[in-house]
Amino acid sequence: MNGLHDMGGMQCYGPVEPETDEPIFHGDWEKRALAMTVGMGFAGKWNLDISRFARESLPPDFYLTKSYYQIWLAGLEKLMLERGMLTENEIATGKLEKPGVDVKRVVSADEMPDALLAGAPVDRDAILEPGFAIGERVRALNINPQGHTRLPRYVRGKIGVIKSVQGCHVFPDSNARGEGENPEWLYSIAFDAQEVFGPDAEEGNVVMADCWGAYLEHA
Amino acid sequence: MGDSKKQDHHRGHDHDHTHDHSHWSDMDLKVKTLESLLVDKGYVDPAALDVIVETYETKVGPRNGAAVVAKAWSDAAYLERLRENATDAIAELGFSGRQGEHMQIVENTPDVHNMVVCTLCSCYPWSVLGLPPVWYKSAPYRSRAVSEPRAVLSEFGLELPKETKITVWDSTAEMRYLVIPQRPSNTEGWSEEKLAELVTRDSMIGTGLALTRVEASS
Repeated sequence: MNGLHDMGGMQCYGPVEPETDEPIFHGDWEKRALAMTVGMGFAGKWNLDISRFARESLPPDFYLTKSYYQIWLAGLEKLMLERGMLTENEIATGKLEKPGVDVKRVVSADEMPDALLAGAPVDRDAILEPGFAIGERVRALNINPQGHTRLPRYVRGKIGVIKSVQGCHVFPDSNARGEGENPEWLYSIAFDAQEVFGPDAEEGNVVMADCWGAYLEHA
Repeated sequence: MGDSKKQDHHRGHDHDHTHDHSHWSDMDLKVKTLESLLVDKGYVDPAALDVIVETYETKVGPRNGAAVVAKAWSDAAYLERLRENATDAIAELGFSGRQGEHMQIVENTPDVHNMVVCTLCSCYPWSVLGLPPVWYKSAPYRSRAVSEPRAVLSEFGLELPKETKITVWDSTAEMRYLVIPQRPSNTEGWSEEKLAELVTRDSMIGTGLALTRVEASS
């Protein structure tokens, strides 16, 4: 989806302004928002790509004006509402209206450290040989899918060179639709900054992007 | 940049640090309500949520990454293992897990400076750097890091030599990038522990350099 989340190359947001104190959390609610978002991931009711799409398809004015943990919370509520795990009324009143649905896993406090250390790798056994080789010139396809994609707009139609083959990784576009992992080869591609952003970009600079084979054609 | 544009920028962004206190109370209430619903429905164990908070508040942070960098500077065999398979080499030091499942190091040289961004969301190598700072997740950084990195670096007070070219790594997949900054001069013979004190978080994102001896001692 060509949404506001796809920010690479935009120029309208002003300078970067780091905080002076940089607390890890700004208030207790951020701690719980992080913990609930991470914790609910174990329930197995959605995957990483579905949750990313839930956030990036929030209303654009909300996405742009809320803090990141507010976006996470809104994404979490949306995912749970969509799956009947929670009702609007329950969110509004805090009163339980119906019991919870079955979830795949509730991680206990004892299990959590190992669960966090294990993470959730997305590399998969390869079925096919990679379609592209290191050093090869490729063009990122000019695609504009309605759903989730990890091909940023700024590289679409641009030519780059394959720098490394990163293995076979879960393909987000189909995984976000709940249509399976359909693992694809993943490549790190070097795009010349001027190829991507024109003569205003600095000569010799490079933008690296990781692209699945389905996003690429030989050039 | 004109003043009006700057004001727009502020109006458009609810920066965490500019939120007023009443707003926090609202959020605290909202989040407490949601959590009690999740607990009542049997979706989460609140004690397990405490462990998540504690992990990212006290255990996982940029000191992890600094240990990796200091060892990379000190131990040529370790650096080679990092180049070959950074995920495994970093796990040797006990750092693994969420948002660090697929690691790659990128090494700064006098010719090339690396910096890391996620233009599409806020992907960040949690296992070595902890949770990302607000600016890393903000629209100004996500939008301009790829197109005008030198200008962005100057906003961090970092002015690189003109001859140094910039490579920006957009974390569009699950690969997570750790910048290995250049080792400061006159640090020969230093222990890894002492070297790690020179390694700032920003130097491992690429928006800063490692501290010099003088900076570290002041």
